[in-house]
Amino acid sequence: MTEHAYNFAYLDEATKQMIRRAILKGLAIPGYQVPFASREMPMPYGWGTGGVQVTAACLTPSDTLKVIDQGADDATNAVSIRKFFERTARVATTTATAEASVIQTRHRIPEERLSEGQILVYQVPIPEPLRFLEPRESETRRMHALEEYGLMHVKLYEDIARHGEIATSYAYPVKVEERYVMDPSPIPKFDNPKLSGMAAIQLFGAGREQRIYALPPYTEVVSLDFEDHPFEPMKADHDCDLCGAGESYLDELITDDAGGRMFVCSDTDFCAARRAGGHRGRLVPEGDAA
Amino acid sequence: MYVATKGGERAIDAAHDWLAEERRGDPAVPELTIAQIREQMRLAVNRVMAEGSLYDPDLAALAIKQARGDLIEAIFLVRAYRTTLPRFGSSHPVETCDMAITRRISATFKDVPGGQVLGPTFDYTHRLLDFKLMADGEAPTAARKPADPEPAPHILALLDRDGLMEPLAHDGATPRDLTREPLELPADRPLRLQALTRGDEGFLLSLAYSTQRGYGRTHAFVGELRIGTCAVEMEIPELGFAVEIGEIELTECETVNQFTGSKTEPPQFTRGYGLVMGQSERKAISMSLVERALRWEELGEENTGAPAQDTEFVLYHSDNIQATGFLEHIKLPHYVDFQSELELIRKLRRAVAPERLEAAE
Repeated sequence: MTEHAYNFAYLDEATKQMIRRAILKGLAIPGYQVPFASREMPMPYGWGTGGVQVTAACLTPSDTLKVIDQGADDATNAVSIRKFFERTARVATTTATAEASVIQTRHRIPEERLSEGQILVYQVPIPEPLRFLEPRESETRRMHALEEYGLMHVKLYEDIARHGEIATSYAYPVKVEERYVMDPSPIPKFDNPKLSGMAAIQLFGAGREQRIYALPPYTEVVSLDFEDHPFEPMKADHDCDLCGAGESYLDELITDDAGGRMFVCSDTDFCAARRAGGHRGRLVPEGDAA
Repeated sequence: MYVATKGGERAIDAAHDWLAEERRGDPAVPELTIAQIREQMRLAVNRVMAEGSLYDPDLAALAIKQARGDLIEAIFLVRAYRTTLPRFGSSHPVETCDMAITRRISATFKDVPGGQVLGPTFDYTHRLLDFKLMADGEAPTAARKPADPEPAPHILALLDRDGLMEPLAHDGATPRDLTREPLELPADRPLRLQALTRGDEGFLLSLAYSTQRGYGRTHAFVGELRIGTCAVEMEIPELGFAVEIGEIELTECETVNQFTGSKTEPPQFTRGYGLVMGQSERKAISMSLVERALRWEELGEENTGAPAQDTEFVLYHSDNIQATGFLEHIKLPHYVDFQSELELIRKLRRAVAPERLEAAE
């Protein structure tokens, strides 16, 4: 199969135009899920087809693309998606967050603060924040239209009544500009505060569910909570064992069968940059340049 | 020292090389040709065309070969290819009453104009393994007769003439296109039929079976099942008239369903409809049963809460490409979400543990 048989960034221009319309509508109504005619992509539904279509619609030949999965540039699916755009769009790619004009991500927001002119594209499995409370799409659309979010608050309240706190640790629901309740995709709730007031454009693509939604730059995004139970971001109570960072989100690795653990930044670019800058974590011997 | 997994790219390449080797199998065994698959695995080819929504036996055969016989994977390949094709226009509606029939049966009338034609069917075969096929076989031939010049009108149309069938409403509107517009509810009948015809055969079979066992029972008889080829005609703007651009094999099933009437409709027979590309009999019958069950609302029937009556449930879960993708995506790394779950569970346990200890004392 030759790459030249396909249009720039795989999708034909009419399809990209259709997706761009949905993106623009999404940007005009922050947090609102815009139905779009999602295409079958050459990777499976559930593996980032929504994000890939949004990225394809945004890319221009002069863009620089970064793709991360779980914060990592070298995760297999991130590699696969990056390769897809290298083949079909021949755009420059990077792992450096600051150098990228378009960043496609799954489950993380980069640690490094994004800037104006950048686009962050999220892969979204289930765009509907009310889905697990109400399985019917016809019903949840009505609930959004009427701003009827009581069910969500009851769920959060019941969590507190039963567990003493809200038992949602990722895909933590947010409210956008005091209107739409939105699923931020399965990012850990540690990342939720970064959603608000971000300088970059944030686009969310759900391919299988045929929805696109968006946050324009500097949108106010509030994680749902109660006055007496304020929202609290959460991470492992450690520093990165490679770069020593205390403020980044950490992955926990099992190092042996005797309870050995190590904690490392989930954002591989952030961690590598810190180590290159001379920072050292607990498990990096003195003098080792990582 | 432990270093987080690197080299995803090399791992992927190596895995795909291995896959290619496995696909070919033992090189001492001759390789399958596309023509062999197309001719001898024809029902698999048909299923891939039907659920891939692309009538191209060669491409379907290629997909089956590439997918190592995994039909859902093959359907996926065809769908992903199909979506890149330019759309020149739409054909005229296919006239299934003019079908060149290879098989046509009715379970409701012993004899019908045009006759019953069994055709190439597994029905009435004894399911005994034919060990002769393990050896090199000859090409069997069947007796031939000239094509029957007698027309074979739709059997339900004959009932229709007596006013016993529900009248078919056709408003002439262009149906919505599921492949070009997002699925939005409520879904009208054309949209439901589109979704069902490309839906997963196994899913529709089970749903149809559930209606037979009482979950949304619709009392279906196979009024007619016909398989054959139909001409596809398309209006060519430069010519100003329609020309035949090819023919496709179709399976059409119409069920006759008892209906005792409702507040809005008189007692009459109603219809369930199934139309599938290729010889795909099980799928066509399943489709017509499910299709009929979904019509409860327009016919003023009772909603018993059966899965087959639930349009949203059926339409959102019938597509095997969506289903398999989402199902299999849970193989992807979820370190980040799982890590936050770990932290949460540890935190909740810290809060709970002292109480438990007290209770244990």
